[in-house]
This record gives sequence, C-alpha cells and structure tokens, in this order.
Amino acid sequence: MSDRITPDDVVKVARLARLSLGDDELAVATSELRAMLEHFADIDALDLDDVEPMTHPVPIDNVMRNDVPAPTLDRDEVLAAAPDAADGRFQVPPIIGLED
Amino acid sequence: MSDIAPPTLDLRAATIAVRVRAGELSAAQVVDDYLAAIDAHETDVHAFNLVLTDEARARAAAVDDAVAAGDDVGPLAGVPVALKDNMCTRGVPTTCSSKILEGWRPPYDATIVDRLRDAGAVVIGKTNLDEFAMGSSTENSAFGRTNNPLDVTRVPGGSSGGSAASVAAGFAPLALGSDTGGSIRQPAALCGVVGVKPTYGAVSRLGLVAFASSLDQIGPFAHDVADAALVLEAISGHDPGDSTSIDQGPLELTTVLEHGVDGMRIGRITDLPEGADPDVVERVDQAFAALADAGATIIDVSVPAFGYGLTAYYLIAPAEASSNLARYDGVRFGMRAEAPDTNAMYIATRTEGFGAEVKRRIMLGTYALSAGYYDAYYGRALKVRRRIAQDFAAAYAQVDALVMPASPSVAFRAGDKTADPMSMYLCDTYTIPANLTGEPAMSVPFGTGADGLPVGVQIITPALHDARMFQVAAELERRAPAS
Repeated sequence: MSDRITPDDVVKVARLARLSLGDDELAVATSELRAMLEHFADIDALDLDDVEPMTHPVPIDNVMRNDVPAPTLDRDEVLAAAPDAADGRFQVPPIIGLED
Repeated sequence: MSDIAPPTLDLRAATIAVRVRAGELSAAQVVDDYLAAIDAHETDVHAFNLVLTDEARARAAAVDDAVAAGDDVGPLAGVPVALKDNMCTRGVPTTCSSKILEGWRPPYDATIVDRLRDAGAVVIGKTNLDEFAMGSSTENSAFGRTNNPLDVTRVPGGSSGGSAASVAAGFAPLALGSDTGGSIRQPAALCGVVGVKPTYGAVSRLGLVAFASSLDQIGPFAHDVADAALVLEAISGHDPGDSTSIDQGPLELTTVLEHGVDGMRIGRITDLPEGADPDVVERVDQAFAALADAGATIIDVSVPAFGYGLTAYYLIAPAEASSNLARYDGVRFGMRAEAPDTNAMYIATRTEGFGAEVKRRIMLGTYALSAGYYDAYYGRALKVRRRIAQDFAAAYAQVDALVMPASPSVAFRAGDKTADPMSMYLCDTYTIPANLTGEPAMSVPFGTGADGLPVGVQIITPALHDARMFQVAAELERRAPAS
C-alpha cells in the first residue's frame, strides 16, 4: 500500500461517494488523503497472514424476530419529513431520459 | 409538594430524584432552575442546538402530577437530561449538527428516549456535536463551535462536546453522548466530568444516527460516578429493536460503588503509545498510587498492538461511515439541492449538505473499500483489530482492569488542531482501542494539569464487566486530588 494516491484516484473516489470537488478542493483532498495514508502505513510491517479479520466486537449471528404483525412508522409522518412526496410516496426528479 | 424553592443546581441527579419522588421538591422547580442557568450562560458556551423549554416544563409538570397521584415515577424522577443531537426525538428536530438534516423531524423516539421517560427524566435539550459525531473538538458543527465552560477560549473536546459542556456548565445534571472512538470519554476528560462508554451492545442504539455501526455506543455524562451509574442502569438492557443489543437485563452498577479495589489487579500498559503530556502522565501515575493505597496490586502488562489502533480505527470507521451516510441523498430526510435529474440531485445535495470533515471521512472510507484497495486497507485494518483484541485478552489473563490517560492533553485552544486533520485524530489514541474491542471504558476526573484544567483517568475492563470498571472509578473518585 505504498502507492501514492493521485488526483485521478480522488476524482474517482468522489464520484463513487456522490460528491463534487472543485479544483482547489481536489488538490487539498489529495494532499490530505496522502498524508493520512502515509501515517496509516504503520500497519504495513505487521505480519497478519494468520489473523482472522474482526468485523464486529462480539460474535453475532443473524438476529430474527417472530414473523408476526407489529405497528410500523406512520406513513404520513415519514413522508412529511422528506423533501418531497406525492401520492403516498417519496418524489424525486427524473431518473432516466436526461443523461448529460 | 413543598412550596419551598431550594437551590437545585448543586444537587446530584440521585438527590433530585429522591426528593422529587418523596414530594419534597417539584420537578417543575428543578427544570426552571436549570432553564435559568441555560438562559444566563448559554451564549458563552453554546452547548445546545435546541433548548426544549416548553416540552421540558410540560414533562416536569406531568412528573409532579404523577408524584401527587401517588405513582412511582422512576429512578430519574424530575432529573433534566441533555441529549446529543444525533439521538432521534419524535417531532423534534434532530440535526447531527449537519446542514444535510436541516428541517428533519424524526417520526420516532430513540429507545433511550423511551427509557429516560419511563425512568421519570426530563429531556431539556439537544446538544451540539461535531457533524455526524466526526471530530474531537466540537468545532466541526454546522451551527458553530461549543466552548469549554471552564475556559471559553478552549474546546470542550468532541464529538459529544455539547453534552459534556452542558453538564460542566450546570445546564443539566446528566447528559447522554455517543462514543465511536472516544467521543464521550475525551470530552468528559476535557470538561472535568465523568463520561462512560459501556460495553458494546449494553445500551440500545435504535434511534442513534449511525456513524460506524461496529463501534458506536451510547453512554452518560455526570458530575459523579454514582449519577453515571444511576442513568446507565436506567437506559441499559436488551432492546429487540436493535439486533446488536446484548440479550441481558439492565446493568447493575449502583450497588458496587462502595466495594473498593482491595485485592484487585490493575494493569499498567508498558508499551502505551507516547504522546501524553507530562502533566497528564503525572496524574495517571498518582492514580496508580492511589489504587495501590486502596489495596490493589499494580501489574505491568504489554499490549503490543495498542499503538496500531489509530490506523485500524481511521480505516474502519470511515469505511463504515461511507456506507451509513450513503442514505443522505436528498430523498428521504432533510434538505435537497435542486437539480434536473436524480443523480445530479444526489451529488448536489451531498456536496452542499456535508461539511469538510464528513466529506474527508466519506472519501477516505470509500477509498479504503474500493476495488483494488479493499484488502490492503479495510481488510488489513480488520486483522489489526483482531490483533488488538487478542492482546487485550492476553493482558486480562493477568489483570482485572487497565488504567491509562483518557486524553493525551488537557483542553486545547480552539483552532489549534483544525488545520491538520492528523493532529486532531491523535487526540483519540488512548480511547480508540476500547471501541475496536467493544470493551467498557470510562473517564473519571483526577486532579488538574496545565493551567489548572482537569485531567481524566481512563479505566477499561473486559466486555460485560462494566460493574468492575465502576468499582475502580468510584475508588479513584474518592481518592482524587483536591485540585
């Protein structure tokens, strides 16, 4: 993980994260991420071949509840908290047909 | 009900509750006294995003009515509690100190809100935080920074800085925060109050806005160990609404506070990462001496991977955050930036709505999870996490509890670390490992350091041994230096 992160990498990451960066922001973000990743290189030297990854502090399996009806959130209250709603649904701008 | 109006602000939560339950003190009076304190000093401190004046008065009146009717109103009867503004309150704005949640009113209460209500407590306000709990100084808030009540030119720590400051300033006897990498313990240390991160899963997170789900935990701030124990008993215990909640009853803590540490083995980590200031190290050394005086045996232990916690954390937490914060896209919550199509709307909303530190961590996490880098960064970080947990487990074969600094320094000046993200991240060096392992950890005030500012000593015990941690904390509190 010694490869240095480039502005092109940062542009790609921003696209994946649905964020837009101006030219100045891109330069700052690249140097900040580079500095962090250099610091984080301290774990490169560790021999971790036989170590199992730990995703969660306690061993946990899927937790299921009994399949019985129970009250849910009030639909109108949920939709009232959204930026836009119509006909009992969330409303968004067009998804297709407006590429570029 | 008594018509005497005693000065309630010097009272501990436990005392307020006993007197309110006995009808000696009205909850309405208590709330009014705290609201007056907020009114007098909040402009200097800025602990709150929102003070719930009307709601708190109405709730206090209901508590008084219940007492008058002879009902048992619970162990926190009439006690005002400040909530970090990343905990959902039905119909009441919950912002995470982010512009992106502007105008959002949750359609439900967090489980801890239900539990506080059941215990008779009164929610008095929503406190400021680093946006989405990402930060160590409460300077990364869309609504401006919170000041340390002990010296308003300094930070209160973070991310639960508003909650810590609210207790330190006397705006509430109790507050709740969330701790993902030290966000309760570090501000508690910097503000001179008690702050607790219980065992992962001991307190339900239903209704806590998620930052890094394998690390986040809710816990209390209080003036003393007994009050922290009281509120933690009230909010802990299994919640079927949180699949990570431990299937056990409430923690039992208030009964162990007088048990002392005689015969207990306390670990001093010999290979702790350097970086703590000498004034902090001196107090921690005095804490070991105090515990030895109380009958504990101090044992040197090694936790070789401790120092790699920072790297593991700053890869794992942003990775989880990049996933959790994908939900803020202008569709279901808060603000939306107008754009001609949905994808452009997502990008415009997130770019406008998130602050700089949140974007930085989302980018870092997205990179750590992206194709080609996943194994090198996120994958390796998870292995380091396991290594740290193994090292802690080996230490616990020799000792019952570990003691160390909570923060490397006393409260620092506002602006000191904002230009260099890495310098801010280093504030979390000593608190992070307990989040990675899920173990309970707390900070207790233990004298002062540079400029007369408080020092916090951290205690960590194995998972589910929260009571033992409180035993040690209570002993340190009894033996804390006067200044």
